[in-house]
Amino acid sequence: MKHTLSVLFQNRFNAIPRMAGLFSGRGYSIDSISFGQGEEPGLTRATITTQGDKQIIEQIAKQLHKLVDVIKVIDLTYEPYVERELALIKVSSSPSTRAEIMQVTDIFRAKIIDISAKTLTIEVTGKEDKVNAAIGMLEQFGIREIARTGSVALKREYQGVIQSSS
Amino acid sequence: MKSENRSQSKQGKKSEPVELTGSEILVQALIDEGVDTIFGYPGGAVIGIYDVFYRTPKIKHILVRHEQGATHAADGYARVTGKPGVVMVTSGPGATNTVTGISNAHMDSIPIVVFTGQVPSPMIGNDAFQEADIIGITRPITKHSYLVKDVNQLARIVHEAFHIATTGRPGPVLIDLPKDILVNKTSYKKITQLDIRGYSPTYKGHAQQITKAANMINNAIRPLIYAGGGVISGNAAEELRELAIKGNIPVTTTLLGLGAFPEDSPLSLGMLGMHGTWYANMAITECDVLLAIGARFDDRITGKLETFSKKSKKIHIDIDPSCIAKNVPVNIPIVGHAKETLPQLTARIHKLENKEWLETIAQWKKEHPLKYKMSDQVILPQYVVEKIAEVSKRKAIVVTDVGQNQMWSAQFYGFRHPRTLLSSGGLGTMGYGLPAAIGASIGKPDQIVFCITGDGGFQMNIQELATAVKYKVPVKVALLNNGYLGMVRQWQELFFGARYSATVLKDGNPDFIKVVEGFGGIGIRVVDPKDVVPALKESLKIKDKPVVMEFMVAPEEKVFPMVPAGASLFEMLEE
Repeated sequence: MKHTLSVLFQNRFNAIPRMAGLFSGRGYSIDSISFGQGEEPGLTRATITTQGDKQIIEQIAKQLHKLVDVIKVIDLTYEPYVERELALIKVSSSPSTRAEIMQVTDIFRAKIIDISAKTLTIEVTGKEDKVNAAIGMLEQFGIREIARTGSVALKREYQGVIQSSS
Repeated sequence: MKSENRSQSKQGKKSEPVELTGSEILVQALIDEGVDTIFGYPGGAVIGIYDVFYRTPKIKHILVRHEQGATHAADGYARVTGKPGVVMVTSGPGATNTVTGISNAHMDSIPIVVFTGQVPSPMIGNDAFQEADIIGITRPITKHSYLVKDVNQLARIVHEAFHIATTGRPGPVLIDLPKDILVNKTSYKKITQLDIRGYSPTYKGHAQQITKAANMINNAIRPLIYAGGGVISGNAAEELRELAIKGNIPVTTTLLGLGAFPEDSPLSLGMLGMHGTWYANMAITECDVLLAIGARFDDRITGKLETFSKKSKKIHIDIDPSCIAKNVPVNIPIVGHAKETLPQLTARIHKLENKEWLETIAQWKKEHPLKYKMSDQVILPQYVVEKIAEVSKRKAIVVTDVGQNQMWSAQFYGFRHPRTLLSSGGLGTMGYGLPAAIGASIGKPDQIVFCITGDGGFQMNIQELATAVKYKVPVKVALLNNGYLGMVRQWQELFFGARYSATVLKDGNPDFIKVVEGFGGIGIRVVDPKDVVPALKESLKIKDKPVVMEFMVAPEEKVFPMVPAGASLFEMLEE
C-alpha cells in the first residue's frame, strides 16, 4: 500500500544522505521523495511516498525519527491531507497538432510555459494520478522530456462544515 | 534532553577569550568533556593534534598498532567504564581502518567518539592523497557524524558528539576534521548549552503503559524476563534484580545481557538463543508473559520467528522505539530507559504465585544441564573457562573473541556482575578480543582482565600485543587453540558432511609462544589438563606485561546445545 510521509528536519550537513541511505540500507522502497525549505529557516520538509505493509511503514517512520536531525515524522496516509505534484512535459508539436495539444492542456487546467517551432512545454499540477493522466493524453503527440517533482503534501486542516462564528 | 546545562564553571567569572588553533580547541574540548584516555594512531592530517597531545599531560594517548585495534580498545574501555571511548586517527586509510570497530560499536550500542583526520577543505572531493569519504563510508554504521566546516563550530560539535554518543541508545559518533580547520584560529568559549532539536530520547516509561504491563505481569502464570545489553549499558542490573526478586520471576539474558543478573540465583536461566541453555529456550517457548528489557529480538535469540514464544503476551521496554515490534509483535510497548522504567514497574507488581512454573524450570535444569565430557587426556575448552572463573573468583573482566570460544565463555563462566563480560555480539567481529581486552584493562587497571580467544581471532589483531607490552597492560590471554576455525568447522561437520573447506588453521599457525615472546610478552603452552590451573594461577602473578596461555584443546569439540540456523528454539541439538 502506498504511504505518504511528511518529515520535518534540520537540514544540516549529511541529513539528506542519511535519510536516503536509510531507505537503501534497510531495503525500503522510495517511490518519490522531494525536499524543500520548511516553515523556518534551516528546516526542510521532505515528502516521501513509499510502499509497504503497516509494520514496514511503522519501522520506516521510527527509523526516520531516530535520525538526530529529524524533528517530526507524520504518516499522512491515515489522515485527510492535500497532495500536489508538479510536472513539466515537453511534447513534440507541429502547426497541425498545436491546437489539439492546447485543448488537452486546457482540460487539465495546465499551462503552456514554453514554445518552439517543434515543441511545447506544459506545466501540470495536481495529484499524482492527474499528472499521470495528463501525460497519458499527451503521449500521442510524442513526449520528448519529463521532469516531475514528486508529491508534496500537508495535512488538511478543514475537516467538515465550517461552524458559523455568529 | 533538548538542552542541558553543561556549565561547570563558576558563575559571574568572565574568562578572557584567547585565540587558539583548531587542534588546541579540540583538545581543550576533550578535557572539558572529561576525557583522559584516547586510543589512536597519528598521520599527516592529524599531526597538529598530536603536537598538542605532546604537551597535554592530562590526556593519555594509547598508541595502538592498527586503527581497528584503536576502535575495539575504545569499545572495551567504554564497556567497562561506562564512559565514552575516544579514538583519533588520520585521514584515508587511518579512517577506513576504523570501519569494522565502528560497526561493531554500532551493533552493540557502545558509546565511542571517533575523530578522523581529513584533507584540507579545499581539497575535499579532489581525490587528494590519503583522502577517503569517511562520512559517506560510515553513514549507515554511526549514530551520527559531523564534518567540521568552520573552526568556530568545532567545540560545539565535540560536545554534541559526546552527548549523542552517550545518551538515549548509545552508539558511535564520528567527527571528520579537515586539516585547515585544525590550523585556523578562533577564541575558545566553553560551551554551556546544547540545543539539538530533533534529539530528545525518552527516559521515563509512559505511566499508563507501565500500569498495563504491571497488570499483565501480576496475572501471569508462567512469566519470564528476557534481559539484554540495555540493562548493562543503562546501569540497571540492580533494578532488574529487584524486579525479578519481588515478582519471583525467572530471568534469561542475551549474550550482551550476561552479568545483568547473577547466574548463581535460582531465578537465573543463563543465556538463551542459538547456543543458549536448554531450559532458557524451553522457558521462552512455554512462558505466558514475556518481559523483554533492553533487548532487540535478534535472530540469534529468536530462531525461527514463526514459532518464537508463541504462547506468550509480550511487554517490551526499550529506549529505542525502532527496536520495538521490529521482528516480533509486542502487546505492550514501553519506550524508556531501563534504570528509570524498571523501578516504576517494580512498584506496581506483587510476588507471583508461580511455584509450579519454577518447579518445571528446576526440573528442566536438572534434566538438561549445560555439560561436557571431562577428560584427563586432552584439555576441554569448557574446562578452561570454568577454571578461569574459579581462579579469578568470578571477579575478572572477561573479554571474548568470536566463535566457539565466545559461546563456551558465555555458557560456562557463570557471570555475576554487570560489565564483566565484553563480547562482540551483533557484528560478531573476529579479532575483537585482544584489543578490547587491552582497552578494558586500561579502563579498569585494578581489575584482572582475561581475554578468551581462539587461534583464528587471536591472529586477526595479534599486533596489539605490542600495545599491551608498551603500556605494561597485564591482560591474560587464554588462547583456546584447536587448530581450526572452530565454529565454522562445527557447522561443516554437522551440516556439510564434514568437508572442512578453508577452516583448517593448524598447518599454518605460528608458534604462538615464540610470537608472544618476540613481542616481549610471556607465553605458556599448556597441553595436559592438570596444568591448566597452575598456568592460570601463574598468569595472575604477572602484573606488568601480557601473558598468553596457549591451551591445546580438543580439536573437534563442539558447542551444545545448538539451534540450527532457521530452526525453532525448541529444536535444539544436544551433545
